[in-house]
Amino acid sequence: MRYSLFSVLGQALRGQRDWTPQWRDAAPKAEYDVIIVGGGGHGLATAYYLAKEHGLTNVAVLEKSHIGSGNVGRNTTIVRSNYGLPGNIPFYEHSMKLWEGLEQDINYNAMVSQRGVLNLYHTDAQRDAYARRGNAMRMAGIDSELLDREGVRAMVPFIDFDNARFPVKGGLLQRRGGTVRHDAVAWGYARAASDRGVDIVQNCAVTGIRRENGRVTGVETSRGFIGAKKVGLSVAGSSSLLASMVDMRLPIESHVLQAFVSEGVKPLIDCVMTFGAGHFYVSQSDKGGLVFGGDIDGYNSYAQRGNLHTIEDVMEGGMALWPGLGRLRLLRHWGGIMDMSMDGSPIIDRTDIGGLYLNAGWCYGGFKATPAAGFCFAHTIARDEPHPDSAAFRLDRFATGHVIDEKGMGAQPNLH
Amino acid sequence: MRIRCPYCGERDNGEFSYLGDAAPVRPDGMEASPQAMHDYVYLRDNRAGEIRELWYHGAGCRAWLVVTRDTRTHTVADVQPARDVAKARAVTPAGSASHA
Repeated sequence: MRYSLFSVLGQALRGQRDWTPQWRDAAPKAEYDVIIVGGGGHGLATAYYLAKEHGLTNVAVLEKSHIGSGNVGRNTTIVRSNYGLPGNIPFYEHSMKLWEGLEQDINYNAMVSQRGVLNLYHTDAQRDAYARRGNAMRMAGIDSELLDREGVRAMVPFIDFDNARFPVKGGLLQRRGGTVRHDAVAWGYARAASDRGVDIVQNCAVTGIRRENGRVTGVETSRGFIGAKKVGLSVAGSSSLLASMVDMRLPIESHVLQAFVSEGVKPLIDCVMTFGAGHFYVSQSDKGGLVFGGDIDGYNSYAQRGNLHTIEDVMEGGMALWPGLGRLRLLRHWGGIMDMSMDGSPIIDRTDIGGLYLNAGWCYGGFKATPAAGFCFAHTIARDEPHPDSAAFRLDRFATGHVIDEKGMGAQPNLH
Repeated sequence: MRIRCPYCGERDNGEFSYLGDAAPVRPDGMEASPQAMHDYVYLRDNRAGEIRELWYHGAGCRAWLVVTRDTRTHTVADVQPARDVAKARAVTPAGSASHA
C-alpha cells in the first residue's frame, strides 16, 4: 500500500479498517543470496539498497529480537555531517543527502527535521578548531556557519552565556543538520525492503557461522541452519560476539551509552545544541520532551543499562550550560550497547573470509550514518569492493596506520 | 555499580577510572613483530561475561586494581591490587599497570 494524502483520507472515511501490515514477518527460507545479520537501521537499510541499487532481492535480514529493538530505537535521533577529516567528510555528507531525500524515496514519513545542529565553543582555541572544521566542511561543499556570541544568543537566548568557568563565546552551526524520527527509520526501511522482496525474519538469533574452504556457506540460527552465498554482519554492540564465531578478534570494545528524556513541555529549543566544555547535547522531541545525553559510562558492558555517576555527569553538563533545565523532571532514561572502535571511526569492509562482510565500530554515532552505511555496505557486499565514500573505513587500517581519529584520543575506546 | 577496593572498601564506581581488559600483555618492543604489537594495541576479545579488567581508584587510594566483573550484569566478583597480580605473573600485565 502506497501512503499518500488520499490513502489517509480514504482510510479515515472507512474507519481505518483497511490498513495492512507495513512489512511481511517472514519465515526463513532454506537459502538466500545474501543474509544480513541484525535488523537495526543499518541492516534494514543495507537490505533495502541491495534490492534497490543492485537488484538483489533474494535477501534476508535476521533479527534476534524484533526490528527496531536495538540502538535504532535507543539513540537521540540527531543527524549531521559536520566532520573534519577526509575519510569521514564525504561519507557523512552522502548520508545527509540521503536523509534529505529519504521520505520520498521510501514513501514513509520519517519526520526528517533540518532544524540545525549548533556546537558551542567556550574558548578562543576552541573557536579556532571549530573554524578549521567549518572550513573543511565548506571546502567539501557542506554548509557551515561560525557564529559569534550574538549569533548564538539569537538562537538560544536562555543558556548561561556568562558562566564563570565556561562562558559561551559562539558556535559552529550546520543548518542542514537536525533530527529524524528514529523508529520511523527502522519501520520505513523495513517496509521498503519488504516491498522489494526482502525477507525480514524476527526472533531469529544467529548462533554460528558455517564455513567451507575459507568461504561462508550460511548461518546457524535459533530457527535452524540458513544457507547463504554472502553474509553481512551489522550488529553494532554484538559485533565482537559474532566475529568470535569465525575466530576473528575486532578492534572494538562494547560500551553502554545512556540517553534521557525530560517531561514534556512547550517549545523551548528549536535546534540541536551541544555543550563544548563538557559532553552534553540536547534537542526537543515533537512530544515536547527534551532529549539529551552525554558520555558513555566508560567500562565494557553488554547490559543495556548504565550507572548513576554517568547520569550525574550528564546532568552537571546540562546544568552548567542551561541552568533552567533544573526545573524539569527526568521522565525516563535507557542504555544501548555501542561498538566503540579503537579510533572512534567505523568499519565497512570485507573480511579475510570469503563472502563475509562487516559493518561495525559506529561508536555512538551510528544513527546519522544509517542511510549511507546501508548504501555503502550494500555496495561492498554486492560488488565485493568498497564504495568510494566508505573506502577509508577499512578493517586493516589499524595495522597499516591509516586510523581516522577525529577526536585524537588514540586506542582508548572509552575516551572517544 | 560498586567496587570493593582492597584498601578503601566498597566504593561508588564514579571514584574509579577505567583502562580496559587486563588480559593483553605488552610484547617486548625490541623483539615484538608489528603484528604482535598491533594485536596488543588494537584487538580485544570483548567478551560478554566475566572478564578481568584494570581500574584506577583515582578518587581514593590511587591504586591500580584488577577487577573481575561480568559485562552482562555489572556484577563484581573479585578485586585484587594490580601489583599483586603482576607479581604473581612475574611479568608486567599492561602498560599503565606498571605504575601501580
